[in-house]
Amino acid sequence: MYQIDDLTKTYQQGKRVVRALKGVSLTIGDGELVAVQGPTGGGKSTLLQMLGGLDRPTSGTVKLDGTDLAGMSDAQLTAARAETIGFVFQNFNLIPTLTALENVETALVPAKIPRQTRTARALAALESVGLGDRGDHLPGELSGGQQQRVAIARALVKNPKVLLADEPTGNLDEETRDEIVDLIVGLWKDQGLTIVLVTHDSVVAQRTPRRLRIAKGAVKDLTAA
Amino acid sequence: MFFTYLRRELRNRRKQTVVVAIGLAVAIALVIVVNAVSTGVRNAQSEVLESVYGVGTDITVTQASEGPGEGGGPGRFDFGEGEGEASEDGTRSLAQDRLSTAMGSTSFDASALESVSGLDHVSGVAATLDLQNMSFSGEMPDFEAMQEGDGPVTMQMGPDGSGEGTAGGSSFEIEQFSVTGVDPDATAVGPLTTATVADGRTLETGDENVAVLDATYAEQQELAVGDTITTGGEKLEIVGTVTSTTGDDVATASDVYVPLATAQTLADLADQVTDVYVQVDSAENVDAVAAAIETELPDASVSTQSDLAENVTGSLSTASNLIGTLGTWLSVIVLAAAFGLAILFTVSGVNRRTRELGTLKAIGWSKGRVVGQVAGESVVQGLIGGVAGLAIGALAVWAVNLAGITLSGGTSGGGFTMGGPGGGPAGAMQDAGGQTGAAGGFGGARPGGLADAASSAVDVALQAPVSLWIVLAAVGLAVLGGLIAGVVGGQRAARLRPVEALRSLA
Repeated sequence: MYQIDDLTKTYQQGKRVVRALKGVSLTIGDGELVAVQGPTGGGKSTLLQMLGGLDRPTSGTVKLDGTDLAGMSDAQLTAARAETIGFVFQNFNLIPTLTALENVETALVPAKIPRQTRTARALAALESVGLGDRGDHLPGELSGGQQQRVAIARALVKNPKVLLADEPTGNLDEETRDEIVDLIVGLWKDQGLTIVLVTHDSVVAQRTPRRLRIAKGAVKDLTAA
Repeated sequence: MFFTYLRRELRNRRKQTVVVAIGLAVAIALVIVVNAVSTGVRNAQSEVLESVYGVGTDITVTQASEGPGEGGGPGRFDFGEGEGEASEDGTRSLAQDRLSTAMGSTSFDASALESVSGLDHVSGVAATLDLQNMSFSGEMPDFEAMQEGDGPVTMQMGPDGSGEGTAGGSSFEIEQFSVTGVDPDATAVGPLTTATVADGRTLETGDENVAVLDATYAEQQELAVGDTITTGGEKLEIVGTVTSTTGDDVATASDVYVPLATAQTLADLADQVTDVYVQVDSAENVDAVAAAIETELPDASVSTQSDLAENVTGSLSTASNLIGTLGTWLSVIVLAAAFGLAILFTVSGVNRRTRELGTLKAIGWSKGRVVGQVAGESVVQGLIGGVAGLAIGALAVWAVNLAGITLSGGTSGGGFTMGGPGGGPAGAMQDAGGQTGAAGGFGGARPGGLADAASSAVDVALQAPVSLWIVLAAVGLAVLGGLIAGVVGGQRAARLRPVEALRSLA
């Protein structure tokens, strides 16, 4: 799925140059569930941005199914995010003025499919995360766990090839955290999705077959023999 | 999704939406009112010009007054010794009627008419003789008995004044009205061409020693068709009354109209005229003809319609200036403020929604779609403001029209006060400077009385029109305000990077 070679990313933060990634090389196979751990500021989020085409690397290549994201135009990156990559965020990032169902529908807007099909698919996605009866609720009327389920439904409704999750359980209590992890692992098993899960929570990381650790801009594969 | 999201977003920040919409609405309403009223005033101005000079008059030719005292009649009544009828106690009853050129105008030779009509592009000419009739009637004590005085008794009055007074045991009354000598054959241009006959008939070819009265003046003086009016010492038969085409109860340019030849004879001004009205075949030739007349008649003062518009005096010109300067600037300022408000709120909205908009970009919304969403919200806000402003503006204009504001305007010099002993009744006064009705009251309190030299004062009811054009322009302006705000806000949204979605702090 992903082929990453000698990836570096440096930021200008005020007068300081931050080297977030220092020559990372990594391969993530199709259908893998990978947890990325590491201390805050170690480069976890930067790696996820590179994988999701949200930002461009300073040097190196990030190939998604053989195509280098670094070489894509903005429009191509937008299209890749709309079709291939699903995102789940720590703060859920739902649109507060739209209902759960409409939030899921926003992910299908770029696909320009008929409204009825769109609504039907969004409803099906909500049902798959167990919220079929909450479609007309606004995010503010839902619990944190429910909001994250809506966000997951939004990420999955377009049938992406890869799901990128940035601390998806970071804002949840333990019980809800376990529910969400169950859901993600279940989706992985059922749909054969490639999932990259950034987390600082070891309990979450323990549930995944492959674990990476990023510290000081370098990656170490914890599960490698 | 576009409209659902848009509607939800605007409803969610209802307060901001309302503030922005109100700001735009007030600005739009102001634009509509200012435009409507200024159009109304402009129309009133041209109506005044039309009433005074006639429809189709492009150029007027007059002779500039050479100075105070020389222009116009001196307003001097001379009574010879033994004149009038003496009563038993020696008091003499005196009456005299004078007809002379109106204040501020000078007569010139009628040959100017031929000179002008001979010019290229002139399609019609008419000459008039603007006169002022003053009548004096009263009683004088027997001065000889009171003192050993020689020579005639002379009452010196300011020109053009009307008043009533007593001086040293005498009592007298002075009345004045304006008389315009018009050529009955000239039907294309001239002051009578804008008047419609209210009763009887208008002047006709061959008329002699007859008069047509302004209907308002006739009513004031309780005169009707068939009565006579003494003008320049001659009794003229009233053959008709005329009213302005501008509206009911609106005075025409002159109180009395007589055939030009009659006026010339009565005023002892043979072959003299005061005004020549010129019609030009097309608007683009007006300036050329005006220049040609100036060359032809070096002493004449030549005014085109646009020059005349600048000379409109009275409350009309005040209103025109007020609307023109204050109104325009006020609407520009309020409009700018409303636009600024809309931009400010849109930008702050985008800043507040950084993560939300970043998320949409992260899940695959294109830059254009995000910008369109933000701009769409602003445009709809503008549209709401525009429609609300239209309603407020239309209501305000309707109120203005309902208020029936009457503007008064004249076209020649300002007023002057004439001091005299004793207070004159308000009825004997003319006022062309203030709003009708309102000004009548204070006149009585002044000693002597107040008369305005604007001999051709016309009242016009203010009708502020709202055109389809201004409706479209106003709504367009509101939408433009929303669009500008949307573009500014949208640009911020466009620069926003999708990475913002990953920032943990909102």
